[in-house]
Amino acid sequence: MHIDWASFTPWSAVIGGAIIGIATAMFALVNGRIAGISGIVGGLVRPTYADLSWRVAFVLGLLLAPLIYSRIAASPAIAIEANYPTIIVAGLLVGVGTRYGAGCTSGHGVCGVSRLSLRSLVATLLFMGAGFATVFLVRHVIGF
Amino acid sequence: MFGIGLIVSRMVSPAKVLGFLDLAGPWDPSLALVMAGAIAVGAPAFLVAAKRKLTVLGTPMILPNARHIDRRLVLGSVAFGVGWGLAGFCPGPAVVALGAGQMKALLFVVAMLAGMLAFELAERARAGIGPGAQVADDR
Repeated sequence: MHIDWASFTPWSAVIGGAIIGIATAMFALVNGRIAGISGIVGGLVRPTYADLSWRVAFVLGLLLAPLIYSRIAASPAIAIEANYPTIIVAGLLVGVGTRYGAGCTSGHGVCGVSRLSLRSLVATLLFMGAGFATVFLVRHVIGF
Repeated sequence: MFGIGLIVSRMVSPAKVLGFLDLAGPWDPSLALVMAGAIAVGAPAFLVAAKRKLTVLGTPMILPNARHIDRRLVLGSVAFGVGWGLAGFCPGPAVVALGAGQMKALLFVVAMLAGMLAFELAERARAGIGPGAQVADDR
């Protein structure tokens, strides 16, 4: 394993991460909830009316972010190498998996670990492990 | 703001995520730094939040307290990880990428919503309730 120095972007990573942290902190202190995207979006799939407004607002925020960002700086490139069938399978797995697992990288990875939740740490290690294994199999064993 | 953080950190591009998940190939540790940055800022905030019953606006704090590590958590997390490793997308970045006009992101989000819907329907079937009813939220 060697480090891909050409792709490594430490400053944007840390700064972007800190911005995510601030957003998460604000969400907890002002809205009283965990900023777990799978939960926020998942809740839209079966809405109760009290919940709808803040969920829609959050998702709108995510959708509008690229537009707002482009006013300040050049948008970084988005490179999606997976083919269409893979995307569909991946989407289904993420949809089902994040609901059964009750969280994703934001809910368990950022919020859960920040709260020192053992449950979230376990979940994070599991999905990270699964991610590592999948990429290894796909890129280095099966080779697509 | 969450979305902007994702854009700045470049996590909206699956290539960066897969670069982190590819341990055997050229390794891009950026994702670890994103997590570290987010947790560094989030942890103190959650420490404060944990002690409060009300938010800054006076509304109730609804932070989950589940502690159990069960089969659902394990299988769900693994399934999520596999999907993540396949496309390099998790829910947040996928929605942002969709906002940026990426067609593959749209496809991913639609599939993801379908998966979430399937979960909801399966849960209702388990509870023996008809499709129109609301299932109690345990968070």
